[in-house]
Amino acid sequence: MNKNYFEIIRAGINSTFQDLGRNHLYHIGIPFSGAMDNRNYLLANKLTGNNHNHPVIEFAYQGPHLKYHGNPINIAITGDVSFKIKKGDNLIDGKCYQSFILENNDELDIISTNKSVYGYLAISGMFDLKFQWSSCSTNTKANIGSNNGKKLSNNQKINIKEINQNFVNTKLNYVNTKIENIRVIKGTNFNYFSDEGKKTFFKNEFKVSKLSDRMGMRLEGKKIENIIETNIRSEGLIKGVIQVTADGFPIIMLSDHGTIGGYPKIGVVISADYDKLVQLTPGSRVKFQEVDLNSAETLFKLYDLETQNLISKI
Amino acid sequence: MIKNISNLGDAALYCDFGKEVNKETNIQVIKYFKTIKEKNILGVNNITPSYNKLIISFDLKKINFNKLRKIIDNIEITKSDNIQNKRFQIPVCCEKEFSLDIKRLEEILNIKKEKIYDNFFEKEFFCYMTGFIAGMPFLGDLQENLRAKRLDTPRVKVPKGSIGLTEQFANIYTFESPGGWNIIGNTPLNIFDNSKEKEPNLINPGDLVTFKRITKEKYQNYHE
Repeated sequence: MNKNYFEIIRAGINSTFQDLGRNHLYHIGIPFSGAMDNRNYLLANKLTGNNHNHPVIEFAYQGPHLKYHGNPINIAITGDVSFKIKKGDNLIDGKCYQSFILENNDELDIISTNKSVYGYLAISGMFDLKFQWSSCSTNTKANIGSNNGKKLSNNQKINIKEINQNFVNTKLNYVNTKIENIRVIKGTNFNYFSDEGKKTFFKNEFKVSKLSDRMGMRLEGKKIENIIETNIRSEGLIKGVIQVTADGFPIIMLSDHGTIGGYPKIGVVISADYDKLVQLTPGSRVKFQEVDLNSAETLFKLYDLETQNLISKI
Repeated sequence: MIKNISNLGDAALYCDFGKEVNKETNIQVIKYFKTIKEKNILGVNNITPSYNKLIISFDLKKINFNKLRKIIDNIEITKSDNIQNKRFQIPVCCEKEFSLDIKRLEEILNIKKEKIYDNFFEKEFFCYMTGFIAGMPFLGDLQENLRAKRLDTPRVKVPKGSIGLTEQFANIYTFESPGGWNIIGNTPLNIFDNSKEKEPNLINPGDLVTFKRITKEKYQNYHE
């Protein structure tokens, strides 16, 4: 019997277990998955004293409301998130990027992410999970990963296998910033689009559509004119690829994307901007900005250094 | 042979094997795929073979485009001329409830459905690639008289096991998923088994596949 567990009072909109994802399986059609916002995922684990590839709960928009049963445990939440901790009659306003102790019968209510999509809940310990292809990451469309490949549901239990007893409180000063310009490298089918179409892509604003999830982000705006073919021979995709579908609108592949696709690739979002890209809420307005490969590599180094620097401060 | 290597974003190589989509080109792609996979190159995350392309994604913290490109440029294909392929016979039931688009195909192709099925079941298919959804095999080449475009509006849900046709290819929906292929039947056979850590796919690139028509009774009593 597990004596330490969370009782789910409200599961939230899309709460799933995630870690660093799974590799070496694209050729059989299994995508990467993993935490969408890598930096906030890593920070959540460091704040709770875990290693860098440890399962956490990722939530979108509205997170779970949980009641804790068991021995004291530390938790941390990252992202831009409003949450409350209820200890008896005492209601505490939660703060992101610092650890909190939960004791028996305490409640954690993750109310919402603010002007962002994803947030992360990590515990100083280990959830009791089944791994698939050495990862807990959950892909709800393909039913792959922990919790039978499904998102958390109401009245379910989340068992905790292990609690880290030697925990020291942690805190970090960090504020997430938003992007309006998404930097991209030209795609392999860039020349399928007319001069006007290319201009539309780089000069016009696009709006993030409601039809966005862990698989992809659809964008609305002026149609991008294709002068060659609206289909290509199906070929491999990676996350960040921007395909333009037959209707002329771009769709950006995100972490749970199908592994192959047949629409022309107009661009690819640079790795340095991926974390901020996934946090764009429906209705956000964005522009695409071209960078070359060298700059993209330098920007990634800077992004990675900043992430490592934040981790080392905890 | 690889005709051209370019970058797909900042963390992937895009290897182009030429415009033609045929078995010979695809066998080259598969040989490269297998050779590169066996080499376990540090930093390589995923290798995705398709008809005439090979996409190699990597971890930008460990390697970059130019370094990996050099390695791939100098790679020697160690696979012998014959790639090992397995043969499979897939049972398919074509009862009305499973053949969702056979009427549409009859109209578009202007061929009677029995003729469509006769042609389909006499063909031996070659697996070009697997993916889109886990384990879905892309099989070719369908006879020219059976080639039709995909549905104008894709279905939100195509049932698991559905056999679909589009252009020169046939595929099998390994689980329920959205999709726009013309559905002509359904197999009771499990094509993708996600409880298997090793080789969850039944059919892999290079394998040969034929289909065998079964009755509804056989379909219902089917045990693997």
